Amino acid sequence: MDFGLSDDQREIQRTARQLLAERSPFERVREHAEGGQSGEALWREVCELGWPGIAIAEKYGGQGLGRIELSILCEELGSSVAAIPFLPTVLASTLIEQAGSEEQCERLLPGLANGETKGALGVAVDGTAELVIGGVDADVLVLIEDDGARVLAPADADVASTASIDPTRSAARVSASVDAGEDLAGEVAGGVDRGLVAISSELVGVCDRALRMTVDYVKERKQFGVPVGSYQAVSHRCAQMLLETEMARSAAAYAAWSADADPASLPEASALAKAAASSAGCEVTASAIQAHGGIGFTWEADVHWLYKRAQIDAALLGGAKRQRARLAQVLADRVGAAQLR
Amino acid sequence: MDLTFSERELAFRDELRGWLADNPPDERPANGDEGADHAWRRAWQRRLYDAGWAAPAWPTEYGGRGASLTESAIYFEEIGRARVPLPANVLGVLLGGPTLMVWGSDEQKERYLPPILSAEEIWCQGFSEPEAGSDLASLKTRAVKDGEDWVVTGQKVWTSGAQYSKWCMLVARTDFEAEKHKGLTYFLMDMEQDAVQVRPLRQITGDPEFNELFIEEARIPHANVVGGVGNGWKVALTTLMNERAGLGFALQIRLRHLLDDLVETATARGLLSDPLYADALADLHLRCESIRLLSWKGLTDVERYGQPGPEGSLTKWLWSETNQKLTQLAVDIVGPETLTANTDWSYEMLRARGNSIEGGTTEVLKNIVAERVLGLPRLKAAA
Repeated sequence: MDFGLSDDQREIQRTARQLLAERSPFERVREHAEGGQSGEALWREVCELGWPGIAIAEKYGGQGLGRIELSILCEELGSSVAAIPFLPTVLASTLIEQAGSEEQCERLLPGLANGETKGALGVAVDGTAELVIGGVDADVLVLIEDDGARVLAPADADVASTASIDPTRSAARVSASVDAGEDLAGEVAGGVDRGLVAISSELVGVCDRALRMTVDYVKERKQFGVPVGSYQAVSHRCAQMLLETEMARSAAAYAAWSADADPASLPEASALAKAAASSAGCEVTASAIQAHGGIGFTWEADVHWLYKRAQIDAALLGGAKRQRARLAQVLADRVGAAQLR
Repeated sequence: MDLTFSERELAFRDELRGWLADNPPDERPANGDEGADHAWRRAWQRRLYDAGWAAPAWPTEYGGRGASLTESAIYFEEIGRARVPLPANVLGVLLGGPTLMVWGSDEQKERYLPPILSAEEIWCQGFSEPEAGSDLASLKTRAVKDGEDWVVTGQKVWTSGAQYSKWCMLVARTDFEAEKHKGLTYFLMDMEQDAVQVRPLRQITGDPEFNELFIEEARIPHANVVGGVGNGWKVALTTLMNERAGLGFALQIRLRHLLDDLVETATARGLLSDPLYADALADLHLRCESIRLLSWKGLTDVERYGQPGPEGSLTKWLWSETNQKLTQLAVDIVGPETLTANTDWSYEMLRARGNSIEGGTTEVLKNIVAERVLGLPRLKAAA
């Protein structure tokens, strides 16, 4: 039993942390968010490092590492709120690798693995997916509908640029007629579950950053002659932020481990992770704004990038309540199985 | 990262699981007879002891199995899983013994450790006082040297098992000039003397699980000082650190069992298909799993880095809050039984209120997290 990272994994974490601290400080995030442009230079750099393909099999052009390694990168990218379409691309490739045919994987994954093509994933109702993150720039679109999924080229769909509350990533409304694109005929659920883990890890990074910023701020900010962080009303809020962050972190780690080492437990583990991470994401970043006081509510402070990223990620592929509904089903199934025995 | 047990750990688990299955405790005495219940738990510890399962975490030289931290956690998980009681001398085994192993003299270890393990001598913990709860170091019980003895006067509170105990881990003030953390000494006090009066303290469940101790010039030989005169605070911290370690795993499994029972009842009554109940139960499931994961994470951090991460205070806080939410939800799911006196559920519901107070109040735990983990400044306390 060991929750720790291996030396290689720690090295990946260290490299990512260092690179993103240099290339994606808040000034840069702000520049891209306000200019409506994604960080192309950073995207090229992470593609050269092979990040988008870290968990894709080597035979499809990836690095063939695991979901834990992917989660490490997602966490660091969340922490830096990097303005690149990493998560959407990874979500698309995850679905294709899990549910696509051999031929689809061979054709579509190498580009998504080396970043020559970008991906996006949307959940469609009656052929239309709202707020597809990264959808405008995507070369490969995956739409999940009912229990199935299909993959489309932008030309096969109607892609209309739109804006989410999070300006660090593009968004689009994607519509496609019923017969457009090609089906991903395999097991979609396994792809969705792995996607949930990646999103959860990004949320853990967002929470971690929000907490660190808040702690730094309340140590410095003085009112009534003392740092506001010395008041228990504030410090206990920070402790609560840590509790929620650590709950999400341990659940996401467990789910990432399950995805590779114990897939039978993944449906439950991914629901646990996303339920914990979605509520932590919303609560922790909201607390960060509150603890920053008036300045936290301004566009000028950087807290809102985290809050907005958290809101988008928390809802992506189902928020905390939807995940808890899945968990309730797990509980019901367990009671049913026990009664059959 | 590897969230599976090693071959060795699995073998340990299977051996224990097999033993527990083959050696169930005798039938528990009927509700209400505290003395009979204690005797039953004492007999159970004797059985564990005879089979070498009373304290696997103790080194082999003291009668344990030298179990690793992980094996020790497995032990408490399995004890919880089998729904058998903890050893009667739980405070001696978990707190007293390990404290002596760190601070005790060779003579003390030789004299006190064996009867702890066999439950021949039960131990209790004399730390808290009416005026010294969260602020433990402000305790007022005094010990004054008189020849080869110390003479102790004062009052202790929340001493569970005092009426059955032979020895009390007692912290008293021996230097009245020194600053408050420095004037304390840790003693082993013989409970079998008239100068020590035990008065049951009835708690909101109606049970006298705890006691008050009234100490009026009790005598303690100097040889019963542990860790040196004036060093009591450090020795007490060793005891307190052990308080959270193993027990957490047993408590976490108990919580899981309560939740399983509640889910079963909810299913039987058709409530699990009601989205409001389903959401509340799923939230409890998530919390239980978080406690399990955080407990294991904390333990593997200790094994890997030699020191616990922030998880220790977080899990205790989360556990108490979750047990309270769970038993409160039971009122809605189980119904009148939870509000009927002397039922298991009403006991659980009332007892849970103590969880966020005992072993560190949630408020103190939040302070610890804020100050020691997050490094936030401390508001200057009144002198």
